[in-house]
Amino acid sequence: MSVNPELQGRSFPSVSPYLVGREKIREFARATSSTSRLSLDPEAARAAGFRDVVAPPTFAIVVQEATLQQLLAAPDAGIDFARVVHGDQRFSYSRPIVAGDELTATLTVASVKSLGGHSMVTAESVMVDGEGEHVVTTTSTLVVRGDE
Amino acid sequence: MSAAVAGLEVGQIVAEQDFTLTRDSLVRYAGASGDFNPIHYRDDVAASVGLPGVLAHGMLTMGTAVQPVVSWLEGDAVPAGGWVSDYQVRFTRPVVVDPAHGAVLTVTAKVGQVDPEANTARVDLTVTFEGATVLGKAQVRVAWA
Repeated sequence: MSVNPELQGRSFPSVSPYLVGREKIREFARATSSTSRLSLDPEAARAAGFRDVVAPPTFAIVVQEATLQQLLAAPDAGIDFARVVHGDQRFSYSRPIVAGDELTATLTVASVKSLGGHSMVTAESVMVDGEGEHVVTTTSTLVVRGDE
Repeated sequence: MSAAVAGLEVGQIVAEQDFTLTRDSLVRYAGASGDFNPIHYRDDVAASVGLPGVLAHGMLTMGTAVQPVVSWLEGDAVPAGGWVSDYQVRFTRPVVVDPAHGAVLTVTAKVGQVDPEANTARVDLTVTFEGATVLGKAQVRVAWA
């Protein structure tokens, strides 16, 4: 089974809005060895001018996950989850994510390439807040290892 | 008012830190992130797809490696209000997490570029495991409003 090249350019329906919770941010911060007061302490975050705790720089991956599941689950995608290795990742923010944000993510497959028996799938998820303003774009390149 | 980045020099090391990832770290990260790919906790599945062992999630390495920069931005060495506006990495080498001893990541964060006009700087990360780099083109863009 190999990755379907016709995925390139495909946009998936927006996933249902993700409500960013304070405890999810703190759980994620602890799981990535963060000692950030802005991520862990709501008082410190408010003192710095934020409504609530501020998400660590890679937190958007949690929201991206639901969009990637759409891609992996697409019946014609041909992506074997156990053969997926993460190649590249990027986060480009317009502003930090703060607890209480409701983020709506939409995934587009930017490219599908073949390289030496492997496939490389680049997926871009654009996330907007409740007002429709851009918050972050996450870009993932997945390497799907071929049968050897 | 001078730019917040005015005191930064290209080549300046702003943070250095070691982190030990254990199998416990991987399970904790799986739960926190929702990434339950079994290659990050099952030796048999990792072996069945030809991997040298259970690997740390690339995103765990990426998320951990940026923390020294976050701590630096929240510390007294730079003006308050700096934040990570862009962060990218390439995963170049797997981090195999030994069930007993874990894996030690060494992170060095160095100023790669300063833009006083935009009040931003690029911080380049070097992340090594067992003496070899595991992230390529690991670049953090920090910005002050």
